[in-house]
Amino acid sequence: MGKLLDNYEIGPFYDEMFHPDGSVRQHYRLLHERFNELTPEELQLKRRLADEAYLKQGITFTIYKGDEGMERIFPFDLIPRLIPAHEWAFIERGLIQRITALNLFLKDVYSSAKILKEKVIPPEIVLSSRHFRKEFCGFEVPKDIYIHICGTDLIRDRNGRYLVLEDNARCPSGVSYLLENRQAMKRVFPRFFNRYSVRPVDHYPQELLGVLRFIAPQNCENPVIALLTPGVYNSAYFEHSFLARAMGIEIVVGADLVTRDHKVFMKTTRGLQPVHVIYRRIDDDFLDPLVFRKDSLLGVPGLVDAYRHGNVSLANTIGTGVCDDKVVYYFVPKMIEFYLGEEPILPNVETYLSSFDSDRKFILENLHELVVKAANESGGYGMLIGPQATKAEIEDFRQKILADPRGYIAQPVIYFSRCPSLCGDKIEGRHVDLRPYILCGEKITIVPGGLTRVALRKGSLVVNSSQGGGSKDTWVLDDPDETTN
Amino acid sequence: MLSRVADSCFWIARYVERAETNARLLVVNHQLLLDFQDQEPDVERKHWEPILGTLEAQEIFYRFYQRANSDTVQEFVTFEKENPNSILSCLAAARENARTIREQITSEMWEQLNKLYLYLKSPQGRQDFINSPYNFYYSIIEGVHMFHGITDATMSHDEGWLFLQTGKFLERADSTSRVLDIKYHIILPSGEPVGGNIDLTQWRAVLRSCSALEPYLKIYSGQVKSWHVAEFLILNRLFPRSIRFCVDSLDHHLHKISGSEERTFVNEAERLSGKLRSELDYETINSIFQFGLHQFLDKIQRELIEISDSLVATYCSWLPAAEFLTIS
Repeated sequence: MGKLLDNYEIGPFYDEMFHPDGSVRQHYRLLHERFNELTPEELQLKRRLADEAYLKQGITFTIYKGDEGMERIFPFDLIPRLIPAHEWAFIERGLIQRITALNLFLKDVYSSAKILKEKVIPPEIVLSSRHFRKEFCGFEVPKDIYIHICGTDLIRDRNGRYLVLEDNARCPSGVSYLLENRQAMKRVFPRFFNRYSVRPVDHYPQELLGVLRFIAPQNCENPVIALLTPGVYNSAYFEHSFLARAMGIEIVVGADLVTRDHKVFMKTTRGLQPVHVIYRRIDDDFLDPLVFRKDSLLGVPGLVDAYRHGNVSLANTIGTGVCDDKVVYYFVPKMIEFYLGEEPILPNVETYLSSFDSDRKFILENLHELVVKAANESGGYGMLIGPQATKAEIEDFRQKILADPRGYIAQPVIYFSRCPSLCGDKIEGRHVDLRPYILCGEKITIVPGGLTRVALRKGSLVVNSSQGGGSKDTWVLDDPDETTN
Repeated sequence: MLSRVADSCFWIARYVERAETNARLLVVNHQLLLDFQDQEPDVERKHWEPILGTLEAQEIFYRFYQRANSDTVQEFVTFEKENPNSILSCLAAARENARTIREQITSEMWEQLNKLYLYLKSPQGRQDFINSPYNFYYSIIEGVHMFHGITDATMSHDEGWLFLQTGKFLERADSTSRVLDIKYHIILPSGEPVGGNIDLTQWRAVLRSCSALEPYLKIYSGQVKSWHVAEFLILNRLFPRSIRFCVDSLDHHLHKISGSEERTFVNEAERLSGKLRSELDYETINSIFQFGLHQFLDKIQRELIEISDSLVATYCSWLPAAEFLTIS
């Protein structure tokens, strides 16, 4: 009987497990051996075990079809993604450098705007960014930290080089899957962990709590912290609840909060109780109907006022979304040079701005070979993948770009690295990315690894959960013996 | 604790308990039917309508079904989504409430509730229902017992737990009153004497609905008599489903929430529950029968509703945030 990994096709991509010649990368050897010992039946049994555990615990996200919400489990792939210690050390340095620059950029752009005055970034680009909040210019945030939680998406090109695909500086989600995936792996493959020395990840909630306590308003010794969620019908509600539980803080919806005298309170069975720090999982737009969207029922009227008075801290702060703008992303390497005087450790994906005349000309001539992205969309929406697009789709994007050059960027098609994944009863290569979660408080902390998202549809490059994506456990290895390539 | 969370705890317990009540009513009624086949042409309807009567669900039932018989009533009380009090609706509501406060209850509680709900919706659940309604309903009753046991054994006995207990005992008092009241709705077959065989079998079924047959027989040395059954289910101090026991426990837990002493009150809910509790302390079965059993039970049910409303008003309702702003 053939072994599971014997007929594996590496394809013209960087493969996480195999060298191009088909030999197994050193740090994957034990894992490869173990998976090859499993019969397909054993593997299916393991898979069922994992799925049942997820369903039983209600680790689901909600998909809406018609009027009935359907709960789906976020597909979990049993074959972990391994990162050797030296690779992780490099990634970590790169991410710390990047988040430091982004926080300096936000402080600058909301105060003296030096970077704009010196024309390192054209001012109109920042000022026209959809998530730039000019109302907060001149407003000082606690400890000068703007982004407390950042989810930066990394990919690897054909040479295995790590590149930054985007920064998620508003409300990055997915960290609960990172933590649950590890739990699931421990249940399903307990013996793996004896053989590999895998760096733990379960301290994430404690680290996050530390950040939230650190940014509490001054003179607040025992801050009351709450997680503000849009509610149970939000697709990430499970994660909100999971994190609140793990940190032992209250989870609240807008209607649980009320403001009085520029302060925020929770409605409790004992009356109104003050709240000092809010880990909000609601976008700026919905935070306070008195300031942002008037029709928002999710927010708290008066919250921004209390925030301005310094009586409540928000994580992340208001206005960080400017960093998620894909046009601003283009300038992050320049920010790193400008603020830190360093070369970027983790490069961006090569990017063309259609607001630059020369770039635009190039983009329009090469639409069939490029990926075009709307500057302010996320979740895999508003995208054109040139080589896979029809003529009509390409023309559609051409018109869009001409009508709104500021709204689009283009990048060459990057074939992300692939990782062996369980597909039906076979193991096949599937494209993966990596989202580490970066925490900024007293210091910068990154739990080892991150969430590896995998595009489970054959050939697909889209890893988002709404579009057929799943995830894998990600192991950062500690043992130097396992790390030579 | 957040008012919203307190509200959810209270209602989770009520819904779960209500699901159990429905399962009890159905399983006993089903058993009873097996004893009285072919009595009268209309016997099936007469046998199942009282269930609808005691659940106050006739109107909504006849909106969806034409005839009351074993199949339709069981379907309606067990699976009907349009019936807000069907077992499925109750468990769905309990689960939905639990989902919004998952961080406040233990994972074990959530998993049990989720499992019970998924079982009811599964093809396996449906198959069990068809094969043996008796086993099916007992799995539900057992599942609910398991939930209560898990709650006691895994959750801190903090404020949330107190709201769960309050909800449980309030609903259980109501449930026993409805099971007992079913005798009012069942009409004896013509020519059957009160105290005759059929009458006694019906009373026995009422006891069984409350898992009370054996405890009852221990006290009343084997004799089933209507007023003894009523006395036991309303006034017994120690039987955990008697109305008095449930109201005692309700009052006790309610006072624990505020920390006030029993037999005093600091809010309307405590005043009403204390009042009901002492009424039951000084009630006798003779005076209840003089007042009219059905009328008495009806009164209890109304008072329980008032306690529930006052509790929600005291702890769980807040003016909408917008109104606060205009006040301040």
